Amino acid sequence: MYSEKVMDHFSNPRNVGEIADANAIGEVGNPQCGDIMKIYMKINDETGVIEQVSFKTFGCGAAIATSSMATELVKGKTIEEALALTNKAVAEALDGLPPVKMHCSVLAEEAVRSAIADYYERRGEEVPQGLKCSGCCGSCSHGHEE
Amino acid sequence: MEKRIYVDHAATTKTAPEVLQAMLPYFETVYGNPSSIYQEGREAKKVIETAREEVAAAIGATVQEIFFTGSGSEADNWAIRSAVKAMRHKGNHIITTAVEHHAVLHTCQQLEKEGYEVTYLPVDEYGMVSPSAVQAAMRDTTTLVTVMLANNEIGTIMPVKEIAETVHKAGALFHTDAVQAIGMIPVNVKDLQVDMLSLTGHKFHGPKGSGALYVRQGLKLEPFITGGAQERGRRAGTENVPGIVGLGKAITLATANIPEKAAYLTALRDSYIKKILQTVPFARLNGHPEKRLPGNANISFSFIEGEGLLLFLDMKGISASSGSACTSGSLDPSHVLLAIGLKHEEAHGSLRVTFDVENTMEEVDYIVEAVRETVERLRNMSPLYEKYLKEQQGR
Repeated sequence: MYSEKVMDHFSNPRNVGEIADANAIGEVGNPQCGDIMKIYMKINDETGVIEQVSFKTFGCGAAIATSSMATELVKGKTIEEALALTNKAVAEALDGLPPVKMHCSVLAEEAVRSAIADYYERRGEEVPQGLKCSGCCGSCSHGHEE
Repeated sequence: MEKRIYVDHAATTKTAPEVLQAMLPYFETVYGNPSSIYQEGREAKKVIETAREEVAAAIGATVQEIFFTGSGSEADNWAIRSAVKAMRHKGNHIITTAVEHHAVLHTCQQLEKEGYEVTYLPVDEYGMVSPSAVQAAMRDTTTLVTVMLANNEIGTIMPVKEIAETVHKAGALFHTDAVQAIGMIPVNVKDLQVDMLSLTGHKFHGPKGSGALYVRQGLKLEPFITGGAQERGRRAGTENVPGIVGLGKAITLATANIPEKAAYLTALRDSYIKKILQTVPFARLNGHPEKRLPGNANISFSFIEGEGLLLFLDMKGISASSGSACTSGSLDPSHVLLAIGLKHEEAHGSLRVTFDVENTMEEVDYIVEAVRETVERLRNMSPLYEKYLKEQQGR
């Protein structure tokens, strides 16, 4: 049911772990839903570039694979570029996800946004509208592509 | 093909070679319609009745009490719907348990929409329902109680005989879903005092698509499919002759040596459980420690999700099952694990291993090591485990 790319990112996930001196940490999902994603970032304050990124995920194969792919897609990107990442782009980069697993890609997008929101908060800056999301589908107002 | 270790026998089993051999002539040579009067038909009719004798003998029933179906789910649907309809004059109350198979639960839920009242009895931490709880739930209007003989997920064996006695004293009918129990524990309908019992062949090395419903003599069984005289007018449709022959052969084989088989499977199961609990921290056994099916081990691992565990085990050549939401196709984990009191995250991290006689102690050791490695690997990725470790350090 999973593409080869999904299985690759699930069985050899990229960027697993914590970043000790992370300056942006986002966590979305909840154990009830069965998925929790936590993303760590080290963002360069001067350039706004995400220099390091890692994740820890509790969830199914697709949740782990989308976490891995999302961290790959935002690594070395600027905050603005990272915020442009959509769940659809994550799913497409994995050669697609089964329909019932599309929510995992949503969670990955939300985890990235949540980490960036945390970065703004830590700097005492206003968090742009719509960045904070629980990650549990249905509870949030902004749209995702299924 | 690489060597596979199949430990998902509660899902389905391989058709036994003897069973397959017994079935083949009824595809190739004796392909007549059992309703036809010429030789091919008569012969097909005869083997159906032989299979009926075999199924009846295996569970202590008479041939008039056995009706063939297409699956265990069909037998459950038929039994429940027929019983409540036949007893409608007495009332509209049904009692079942929170841990039944969906074939029973969803049928009861559907009947609720049709105006019936249903009590879903809670279970204890082992997934057991007590006869006294059934008694307490009985009403004057109770017409049917349906409680499974053994649970498909956690293997807990219910005190069905005691429950049946209670139910009969109150004048209601009793049905049991024995799909997981046949061939694993002795099942005798007269001893259990059940009015109806469901079974299916593919759980004990028979073919898929073969099932049977036992209905105690004297009980009126409503037709389930109309349109023909098959199964004494109760279930129309040309009989699945090869399937029925296979079911008869399989149940005879499966019930021939239960004590020996159970002893072997219990040894595998207990060794697996002991080794897992010894080598993997934060693991708990689900279901009753002793009153459980000999081949069933269901263990929850904290901080991880079951689908990932299954995928890694699959890569290591192991076929097992989980109660996680991701494997159920819904957002909720197993209703059985929630009913025994597990938290959602614990239920998501469960692994069901169900052994059969072809499994070996060497395989047990291989599985234990594979599970240990995989759980550790997934925990190293898990934010829940990280949180737990930090809390411990903070103390």
